[in-house]
Formats: sequence, structure tokens, C-alpha cells
Amino acid sequence: MLPLRGPTLDPVPLHARAMDNLRFIRETMARSATFTAVPGRGMVAMGLVALAASWIASRTTAAASWLWVWLGCAALAFMVGAAALRRKAALAGLPLHSGVGRKFLLGLLPPMAAAVPISYFLLRNGQRELLAGVWLLLYGAGVVTAGAFSVRPVPLLGLCFMVAGAIAGAFPAWGDAMLAAGFGGLHIAFGALIARRYGG
Amino acid sequence: MARAAATRARALPIAEPRALRLDRVIHERVRLGMLSALAVHETLTFTAIKKLLDTSDGNLSVHARKLETAGYVACDKGFAGRVPRTEYRLTTAGRRALERYLDHMEALIRTTREA
Repeated sequence: MLPLRGPTLDPVPLHARAMDNLRFIRETMARSATFTAVPGRGMVAMGLVALAASWIASRTTAAASWLWVWLGCAALAFMVGAAALRRKAALAGLPLHSGVGRKFLLGLLPPMAAAVPISYFLLRNGQRELLAGVWLLLYGAGVVTAGAFSVRPVPLLGLCFMVAGAIAGAFPAWGDAMLAAGFGGLHIAFGALIARRYGG
Repeated sequence: MARAAATRARALPIAEPRALRLDRVIHERVRLGMLSALAVHETLTFTAIKKLLDTSDGNLSVHARKLETAGYVACDKGFAGRVPRTEYRLTTAGRRALERYLDHMEALIRTTREA
């Protein structure tokens, strides 16, 4: 004969329910405080732009041409990334200018802005070969700090950029290869991962 | 065994009345999730909340209306281009209600631990 009440029907203690509710509140707050509008497909597009730039830059001989190719690439990649970010945020109904979106951008932009005067100082002192390492390191630092408010692959991507930057700084002859591997390869690899796991 | 039963019996008169005073508007999972998310953001759109709580349009609409009726959230309807956009924000009453609910849950846990 089957018992009328199985063990699963025992009442859940009040404190267990209370702890479960508190855990739910904490997890919901943490989840909603994560910036999920990082555009995976946009990053893949940025990576392709960087690969094209590295191919063009490798065929130039003059330092000025090399610099202009990479500056053009940065501007184009920035526009592609910004448009993709806006589109993904709009589709998800996430605000970009308030809350976690603002924190994400505030984490990302200062190290990138710092790259402008540092690049100028290095060029003025004839140290163009150090640019690749500095760009990769600063971009990586921005991605790591912004990634604190985003999904897990983002800070990891930043760390990979910083490693690439350190290698490019230690071996300046590999600068072009590291720029292609970093801005091209890492963007494409992590962008594809983010697009697959976090919806576009 | 008998001691544990006595302890439970002593604890019940404290826990029960508190349980009865529970804010039923917040106690439901979707409504609790909505208030928790809005406690971290100034505003959130209907779409963002729906995605975050992994729920359906109809279910979220019903629960959002209950929170609105209780005065815990305020709703602004507008357009983003041609697309309708519904934004929610936590009211002062909603924030206080969430704080009371958190105090309540903590008190329940504390009472059980002390007992």
C-alpha cells in the first residue's frame, strides 16, 4: 500500500524559504547588473577590419602610412563597434547612458583615451615600434575594467589583449603580428563566442 | 528529539505571526524579481525585464500591473522611433516595500537560528 504523503510533501521550513528568497533577490540583482549588450557579431566585424588593416599596413614601407592605416582602422572599428553596441542594447531594451551601461563605457573609454597622448609622445621620441604593445595593453586594460560589469568572456578578452601587448612590448619586431592576432584574431574568436552564448 | 520539538514549538509563535504579515504583493517570484532588478537600475524596459526573468509577455504584464496598482512601480509608455516602449521604475514605496521584505526574510532566518 502506498503512503498517502511521500517524503517530498513535507513542508519546507520557513527559514529555508527565506534563505531561498534572499538568494533569488541577490542573484537577480547580480544578473541585472551585468551589461549583456556587448555585441559579439560587431566584435567579429571589428576583427575583420583589423585583419584587413594589418594586411594593408604590412605592405606599407613609410612609418606615416603605417600609422594612418591603423588610425583609419581604429576609427572604422570604433564606428562598427558603437553601432553594433547600440543595436544590441536597443533590441534588448537595455539603457546605454544609465546604470550598468554607463559604468561599462566609463570603464572602457579612459584607457583608450590615454592611448592618444601616449602614442603622440612615443612618436615624437621616435619610438614607433612600441606603439603596438601600448595600444594592445591600453585597449586590454579598458576591456578588463569594463568587463567587470559584463559577461565573463569580456574581462578574459581584456586579459588576452594585455598578454598580447606585453609580448609586443617585449619583442617589438613582432608588433605587426601581435596587432593582427590581437585586434583581429582575439576580436573574431571572442566575438563568435559571445554571439553564440549571449545572443548576437 | 523531544528537545528539538520543544525548540520548534517555542519558535513557532514568533515565526508564524511574522509570516502572516508577509507582503503578498512582493512574495511572488516574478514580482520579487522585477523589484530586485529595478532596485539596481533607474529604469528598465518591459523587454529587458522579460528577458532577465525569462518569462512571457502575458505573465509579466499581469505581475507588472499588480505592482503598479500597489504603487510599487511606475510605468512610462512611449515610442522609440515607431516601436512602442514601456519603461518601469521603482517608486519610493516600492523601494521601502523591498527593504521591509528583506528585513522580514532576515528576521525569519535569525529567529530560526536563535531558536
